[in-house]
Amino acid sequence: MTMLKEGRPTAPIPVEDAHMAPATVTGNRALMLEEKLIFEIGSNDTTGVDFAVVPEVASRLGTLARTDAIGLPGLSEQETVRHYTRLSRQNYAIDLGLFPLGSCTMKHNPRLNEKVARMPGFADVHPLQPQSTVQGALGVINELAVWLIQLTGMHGVAMTPKAGAHGELCGLLCIRAALEARGDARQVVLVPESAHGTNPATAAFCGYKVEDIPATPDGRVDLEALKARLGPDVAAVMITNPNTCGLFERDMKVISDAVHAVGAFVYCDGANFNAIVGRVRPGDLGVDAMHINLHKTFSTPHGGGGPGSGPVVLSEALSPFGPLPYTARMADGTIHLIEEENVGEEMPQSFGRMSAFHGQMGMFTRALAYILSHGADGLRQVAEDAVLNANYILRSLEDVLDAPFGGSGPCMHEALFSDKGFADGFTTLDIAKGLIDEGFHPMTMYFPLVVHGAMLVEPTETESKAALDQFILALRSLAQRAKAGDDALKGAPYHAPRRRLDETLAARKPVLTWSEPEMAQAAE
Amino acid sequence: MSRYFTDEHEWIDVEGGIATVGITDYAQEQLGDIVFVELPAEGASFEKGDDAAVVESVKAASDVYAPISGEVVESNSALEDEPALVNSDAEEDGWFFKLRIADESELEGLMNEAAYKKFVAAL
Amino acid sequence: MRYLPLTDADRAEMLSVIGAASIDDLFIDVPAEARLPGTIPGLPDHASELAVERHMAKLARQNLSAGEAPFFLGAGAYKHHVPASVDHLIQRGEFLTAYTPYQPEIAQGTLQVLFEFQTQVARLLGCDVANASMYDGSTACWEAIGMARRITKRGKAMLSSGLHPHYVSVARTMAKFTGDDLAYATPELGSESDINALIAGIDKDTSCVVVQYPDILGRIADLTPLADAAHAAGALLVAVVTEPVALGAIRSPGEMGADIVVGEGQSIGVGLQFGGPYLGLFACKQKYVRQMPGRLCGETVDAAGKRGFVLTLSTREQHIRREKATSNICTNSGLCALAFSVHMTLLGEKGLRQLAGLNHALAVQAADRLAKVPGVSLINSSFFNEFTLSLSKDAREVVRNLADKGVLGGVSLGRLFPDAPEIGNGLIVAVTETVTPEDIETFAAALEEELA
Repeated sequence: MTMLKEGRPTAPIPVEDAHMAPATVTGNRALMLEEKLIFEIGSNDTTGVDFAVVPEVASRLGTLARTDAIGLPGLSEQETVRHYTRLSRQNYAIDLGLFPLGSCTMKHNPRLNEKVARMPGFADVHPLQPQSTVQGALGVINELAVWLIQLTGMHGVAMTPKAGAHGELCGLLCIRAALEARGDARQVVLVPESAHGTNPATAAFCGYKVEDIPATPDGRVDLEALKARLGPDVAAVMITNPNTCGLFERDMKVISDAVHAVGAFVYCDGANFNAIVGRVRPGDLGVDAMHINLHKTFSTPHGGGGPGSGPVVLSEALSPFGPLPYTARMADGTIHLIEEENVGEEMPQSFGRMSAFHGQMGMFTRALAYILSHGADGLRQVAEDAVLNANYILRSLEDVLDAPFGGSGPCMHEALFSDKGFADGFTTLDIAKGLIDEGFHPMTMYFPLVVHGAMLVEPTETESKAALDQFILALRSLAQRAKAGDDALKGAPYHAPRRRLDETLAARKPVLTWSEPEMAQAAE
Repeated sequence: MSRYFTDEHEWIDVEGGIATVGITDYAQEQLGDIVFVELPAEGASFEKGDDAAVVESVKAASDVYAPISGEVVESNSALEDEPALVNSDAEEDGWFFKLRIADESELEGLMNEAAYKKFVAAL
Repeated sequence: MRYLPLTDADRAEMLSVIGAASIDDLFIDVPAEARLPGTIPGLPDHASELAVERHMAKLARQNLSAGEAPFFLGAGAYKHHVPASVDHLIQRGEFLTAYTPYQPEIAQGTLQVLFEFQTQVARLLGCDVANASMYDGSTACWEAIGMARRITKRGKAMLSSGLHPHYVSVARTMAKFTGDDLAYATPELGSESDINALIAGIDKDTSCVVVQYPDILGRIADLTPLADAAHAAGALLVAVVTEPVALGAIRSPGEMGADIVVGEGQSIGVGLQFGGPYLGLFACKQKYVRQMPGRLCGETVDAAGKRGFVLTLSTREQHIRREKATSNICTNSGLCALAFSVHMTLLGEKGLRQLAGLNHALAVQAADRLAKVPGVSLINSSFFNEFTLSLSKDAREVVRNLADKGVLGGVSLGRLFPDAPEIGNGLIVAVTETVTPEDIETFAAALEEELA
């Protein structure tokens, strides 16, 4: 026989302890690559873009030509692709797994939406082109507007707000404009203590005095306290429904009637609309204004923190006061853009412009593609499955985790737990960081403030039962470890690209931009 | 010199018509790592209960109220560079500001150290 | 439904775990009269991916896209070529489908990008620090006015007549509710900016002077005297940049003394998108950082001593300060900031300067050619890639007629300033690297025909 003895071993040597991995000289760990800053790897003489030859002309820059070094390093195309690809791998994302952030509605982002948003007819159109050249773009805005009005049972919709908080601002500006139009300068906005932090911030920005309304022990707005406070000085009540405890405000209609009876308006924070879309119309509950986060209910991607989009549906009483510009479908089928030059005839009471152009067009195309994909029947199913998934988590874990409102009935689209029963020194933060090691993004923690050590879990409808079961398994195990006082949990995460980060240091000595090491030293 | 405490967790040292104000050790412990202190400008006048300073941890910003009425004669500029002083030495070097007392009678009814300890223990 | 994974068997099993007889039982807290018995009438049911794509493509075809025509629009939004790798990278699911980086251990990708972005923006605008972005340039502008009010404790802002009129409108809307007093006049069709008038108007109540650079008519002026005058009166200079590519060719506002520099970052990496989403840039001097709105990313270390990044100074923000927050802003424009940063990294300083040089050279060629058309005169003595022509007739009609001929020939002042008919003959023309010599000739010929 011939005996070829060269070549590699084909079976591994048994490993006693897989954790005894030696450190690498690069700091890399196989597929997990450390990546420096562009300022450390790039140079001012490198570029990843080629240009045509610049024609010789006499400069018209006057005396203002920039001569100093700007300090913007470049990378070649491949280095650029690697830099951002490596960085991307240090992120958790919906594409990787369950992302149960309560009140954030991290659902699947369909790729059809990305495809249609990039059609040149939408992506490569200037906002100030003549209207005859953008009828399709105006058509998207109008078609989405009709859907939003129908789904909420409202009268009109302001499409321009750029995010939920911007939408809140829009709603309150409408309310203030409506009150001023009837010569009624009211000073107070009532906000339940479980509200999103943006609600009081927005009301204060609009010049209102903010007053808290307490919650009842079962996690809802205290109706009697609210009624007692209502009066001729109250401009509006801002309510989140379903609320931030994941519960439907049963008395919503009664609240609206009471608010209207004193001449005030109802603002509804629509961040949690996903729980009720297709099953409940806020218009039927007496809401006057509600923003809709297209990046939540209607699946436009969160993008690591924006861009969002926050159209505001309006009641008949508030619609005349909405912002410019907006679209109107004419009798001949064409769509007109109403802006400053024609607003006089069309909408004389508009409170004005909130942003430079027509809103988040790129989000409108995505949201419309999502809505058309689901249709009326699919959207109803969205709410049902979102609520089913949340209740499944609530009931599968309430034997190991305290569910403060678990006894008051079903939850809506999110399940709320507390840190009650954990061993001394163990906190919600430990559970969150433990979830990271188990391969999940943590739930929303320490919110709402009305529950100690709150954990707000929103699975969304796009998670399968198998994914939920694995999440339940992980959270159950972590709850048991926190109750048993397993010290190892305090050090989590162990397997993430970074261990727990020092936020105190970051805030005490803020380093917000990169500077050359010698300059950074000299500055100290 | 005598030291007074308020139920808003401030301490006040009074000497020669000047009140030195800070937050208590209990308060700093509750707030956690202090990362920033916003102090009043010299010459600012406060009525008792006005917002006089802001103390920030990573997660929270808390208002510090003027415990009595008066005019600010000095702020502790050391806190601007080293807010951690509030954690390490809340009741001495971590003082916030000094007021020229407008009305000594406002000191009546404030707690002494023993009463404050009792107050905190009951929280 | 292709996005919904639960099967009917799953649903039944889950209901039995929950102890509910039906889905309706989970909605018992909804008052009976508000429960919809079935799907909302009049709306279509679900559709296949193919059907939706066809519907959307049909709508898209009803638009004349910038790439299909000789294209000269600017006025706050600019068409630039975006390298293919930018769009590829921002579609990485780990960037696209991540949330705000509240769990920094598993969001270092987004956080490092933001830190790099903040540094790039600060350097480009000539400031010490920049935030992680705002909604767009117009909202960044009114946030700057509010920030100047908080810093100076004064309520009178002077807006240059060269400020984009939509930015003025946004500031006016907000001022109705914040009580700021805004001084503003529409621009004149001349080569001079209103800097001298602004300087003369500054007084002890002025919180800030807001000036756009290059301005709405494309004019560029040295901001140094304005900065000096503002500072002498205890006021701030806010500079607004709607075309950041310009800063590859002309001095930065920060360098000329601006205290706050805001801008629209759409030009770099983002694309036209019919007006949004765009990217608000916001930078300022170090000493004002605690009054700055919006998210900030900062450097720190982890428990093992490795460098890492976190969101920081968040006590300025609404989720902690509630009604005392610096702003009610809650999101930034994260993915657009990523696109900007990737594009800027590809360009680097060398590429940015080349890009700016090419824009300027083509704009000079176009301005000279168009000024030769009978009935056309160029008003600018200086400009970067955008200038204003005075036509022999109302520019609105000219723009519409040019569009009918397949030429997207700029933005008429009549559309931007409907209340100022005296400047209705003005036409703002932007020329970027996407414009070819043939486009310029086509535009000139069509304009000549239109004005004949």
